[in-house]
Amino acid sequence: MADVSPRIIPDRLQGRSSRLLKSWESLLLVVAVLIFTINSFASPYFLDPWNLSDATFNFTEKAMIAFAMALVIIAGEIDLSVASIIALSSTAMGLAMQAGFDTPTLVAVGLATGLACGAINGALITGLGLPSIVVTIGTMSLFRGLSFIILGDQAFTNYPASFAWFGQGYVWWVFSFEFALFIAFAVIYGVLLHWTNFGRAVYAIGNNPTASLFSGVRVGRVKFILFLLTGLMAGIASICLTSRLGSTRPSIALGWELEVVTMVVLGGVNILGGSGTIPGVVLAALIMGMVTFGFGLLNVPGIVMSIFIGVLLISVIALPILWKRARRRMAH
Amino acid sequence: MMKILMKNRELLLVVAIAALLVLITLRFPAFIEPANLARVYNDTSILIILALGQMAVIMTRCIDLSMAANLALCGMVVAMINSVAPGVPVPALVLLALLLGAFLGSINGLLIWKLEIPPIVVTLGTLTIYRGTIFLLSGGAWINAHQMSDAFKALPRATLAGLPVLSWLSVLMIALIYIVMTRTPLGRAFHAVGGNPHAAVYTGIDVGRTRFAAYCLSGALAGLSGYLWVSRYAVAYVDIANGFELDIIAACVIGGISIAGGIGSVPGAVLGALFLGVIKNALPVINISPFAQMAISGTVIIIAVAVNARAEKRKGRVILKKAEAH
Repeated sequence: MADVSPRIIPDRLQGRSSRLLKSWESLLLVVAVLIFTINSFASPYFLDPWNLSDATFNFTEKAMIAFAMALVIIAGEIDLSVASIIALSSTAMGLAMQAGFDTPTLVAVGLATGLACGAINGALITGLGLPSIVVTIGTMSLFRGLSFIILGDQAFTNYPASFAWFGQGYVWWVFSFEFALFIAFAVIYGVLLHWTNFGRAVYAIGNNPTASLFSGVRVGRVKFILFLLTGLMAGIASICLTSRLGSTRPSIALGWELEVVTMVVLGGVNILGGSGTIPGVVLAALIMGMVTFGFGLLNVPGIVMSIFIGVLLISVIALPILWKRARRRMAH
Repeated sequence: MMKILMKNRELLLVVAIAALLVLITLRFPAFIEPANLARVYNDTSILIILALGQMAVIMTRCIDLSMAANLALCGMVVAMINSVAPGVPVPALVLLALLLGAFLGSINGLLIWKLEIPPIVVTLGTLTIYRGTIFLLSGGAWINAHQMSDAFKALPRATLAGLPVLSWLSVLMIALIYIVMTRTPLGRAFHAVGGNPHAAVYTGIDVGRTRFAAYCLSGALAGLSGYLWVSRYAVAYVDIANGFELDIIAACVIGGISIAGGIGSVPGAVLGALFLGVIKNALPVINISPFAQMAISGTVIIIAVAVNARAEKRKGRVILKKAEAH
């Protein structure tokens, strides 16, 4: 929505190692190590493998969505309906559970609902050419609204015992199924974005949709797939979250769209599209997870953490701008 | 006939609202009585005031997601002052709410003007910051009706020439914003900045400053609504008006205000808000669960934005390819 100012591309790129050192990702790595160190001094309970494993649940579900969201934002769009997709697919799984279906069917229902919601977003945005921000604000209200119609002030509980494994099970030692899934998706999305034609197309669309159209990129199809992927990831996150909580309320995952977008932006993805990396998002997820976990150990209430996330979101964008300005002033 | 309706959003909305009223009246004749319609208008007044502010912001190609949080924070602040010091005159509190709202709006505006951070990021961030601040101020406690002074609660309810002050205030705001939008340089600047920011610069308009003004305006109206909300419902807590920002945007989108900026009108915003208000008040009457309201707003937003896109496409020839890409 804001106006894109022309990007200045330098004549010669700096050396590989110097680029790596000065990158946003290295800065995030330093911050992550710093927070880890501070946390381990601040609380004696931090450096316990099981505590750390518990801490991963703070971010794994959100991070899975953040990977897909990163691609959407790099392509110059946004999806604000992800939290509502979680609510709707959780509600759909609850309905299936009440109808007496078994765990594999519940998972299929969760995935299918996520995909269907993503397809609706994608069709409205690419098919009708509507702005993604308004469409997903609309579907955000629609999807969660449907949950409210189905559930009202009720809740689904009594999920089968075998369903609990997705959110509460461990693959090996302290490594939960969710954490394993997080690692797997980090690799999958990293490869998809950085080593495939599809990934190149995503960057191209974010930098100049018209030019990419003229150079043979199927802009509409790529965007549609991106919204489909985001819906799918929200469906997967919904399975994990529902399984972890063991219940569904229409207010489930309320406000998560903000945290997911914050994670992506903190990870160095340009909110206007065109640049960003998956390793950055992974580091941002770790940082946000550790910070919320550290605050939790210090008994900071959740709503105060949300202030922190809001400040973080604005300052990660504001600080580089201020820093660039200060450097320009010094150069003159 | 259809063509004229598609071209004139205000007329289309008047017809849609009339059709809605006819449908409701078939099931429940008392709905159409003037006294009830006045009640529906009064119930929609706050949404109308907020939609006017959001309209100015959207007009300049921005968006304000923090309006409901701003409203809740200003409402909580005046309610707390009133419960601690009931002697402070109510008009002073109204003014304070207005100024505090404008200040909170100006924070959004400054970040967008001076640092050129995308509006959606700024207001998404300030949304949570403002909400969290209410918790910090109140400690999560509620301010209930018995803690507020009678004068504090009475103002929006007092009747003047048959209508409550709340309704009159919204009428006043509609008139005021209408004059600003159509008769002042600022109003023209809102249109120009949204229509084509590059051209606006060449005509001597400071795009950033205009956006800043739009956010101050939306903030001030949110602050005023904060007092009105808290005194009308006689309660203040952290979550009041939670999610209301979507209703405000819905009202604007339904009212034909283009999210791409530059297109929109005061009557459109008012009619968009009234459309939602009629639906909201009719649901319980025709026995539909109030839980359905959220899904209905969502559907209406999507339909409205699709209709908007069609209407805008016919608006004329695109000369600049750059404008087409957005």
